[in-house]
Amino acid sequence: MLATEPGIRVRYILPTSPLSCVRRNGLIEVWQANAGGRYRHKKEGYLAPLDPNFGGCGRCITDEEGRYIFRTIHPGPYPWPNGVNDWRPAHIHFSVFGQGFAQRLITQMYFEGDSLIWRCPIVGSISDKDAVRSLIAQYDHDNTVPMDARAYRFDIVLRGRRSTMFENKLEGN
Amino acid sequence: MTLKESPSQTAGPYVHIGLTPNYSGIGGVYPADLGKQMVSPATKGTRIAVEGRIFDGGGTVVKDALIEIWQADADGRCNSPGETRGAADPHFSGWGRCACDTETGLFRFETIKPGGVPYPGGGMQAPHISFWIVARGINLGLNTRLYFAEDEGLLAADPILKRIEHRDRLSTIVIPGRNGVYTFDIWLQGPNETIFFDI
Ligand SMILES: [Fe+2]
Repeated sequence: MLATEPGIRVRYILPTSPLSCVRRNGLIEVWQANAGGRYRHKKEGYLAPLDPNFGGCGRCITDEEGRYIFRTIHPGPYPWPNGVNDWRPAHIHFSVFGQGFAQRLITQMYFEGDSLIWRCPIVGSISDKDAVRSLIAQYDHDNTVPMDARAYRFDIVLRGRRSTMFENKLEGN
Repeated sequence: MTLKESPSQTAGPYVHIGLTPNYSGIGGVYPADLGKQMVSPATKGTRIAVEGRIFDGGGTVVKDALIEIWQADADGRCNSPGETRGAADPHFSGWGRCACDTETGLFRFETIKPGGVPYPGGGMQAPHISFWIVARGINLGLNTRLYFAEDEGLLAADPILKRIEHRDRLSTIVIPGRNGVYTFDIWLQGPNETIFFDI
């Protein structure tokens, strides 16, 4: 992810999944703010400066056991115009492909220990607390790189494939 | 063991950084944005273009959405490991991705007209293109389909379309073409709301 400057480096690792069917060779795309909480996007106006050495996007294909690793920096939290004083917890956006398009997923990964998680209205749009917890990556000391990078583990579970489809949104959203 | 699926979260306003980095001005990382080119000169089938805009309930054009489409090839075969009816056209991706234009909101896909696909429960589905829409403010990607108005007989026999009660709303997803261009405007809410599918 073009992380050439020192910062708080983070690696992510998805160890062998307990699922009988792991997603082999699946495309994962990620995007995130830089260490100061600024996105490299022309419509982004947050006062934190752009980092000339950080692009903010990455992609990879999972291996034969469904694992992936991104080497990046810890994104900064950032304020956003919602309520009077709302901050997004540090997060990384994830886009994941399954085998069929019914499994297509976009979600966000949070970091264990971030006090902003439970104050965030976007996190709060998920009513089930256990479901929220499944989006919080856990610190993974065994996979840290000494004197270099901390590690967080974020497992992703895609929905099962369904062969039938039904329509339920005829009336409103 | 059954695991609970990871919940979906909004793609946010900066989805372009991750999914169409070249379009968002992040050059030099990847040669081209994924899903930009679906056809090549060797692709079989009738060339068509699908374009349109996305509107919210108030009629305002949504300019920061991102759309992906999936479809069968000209013979109705899917470029997927799950395809059991023979190999799909190797010169057709079957998948496209397009960011709505940040100024005009327009999206455009250059593709081919798909063939019909058998329905798992029996019968044939009329040719269609599946759409998946994500944007700021949408927590779960929206699924819809574009059908082709000229396929009258096939549309009447389509097992999914038959189940849609409000027949007058079919016109939100059954689209007439003009010189090979299909204009598919998508309404997220309101009286013209597009039919969305729960898949
Ligand atoms: Fe974000």
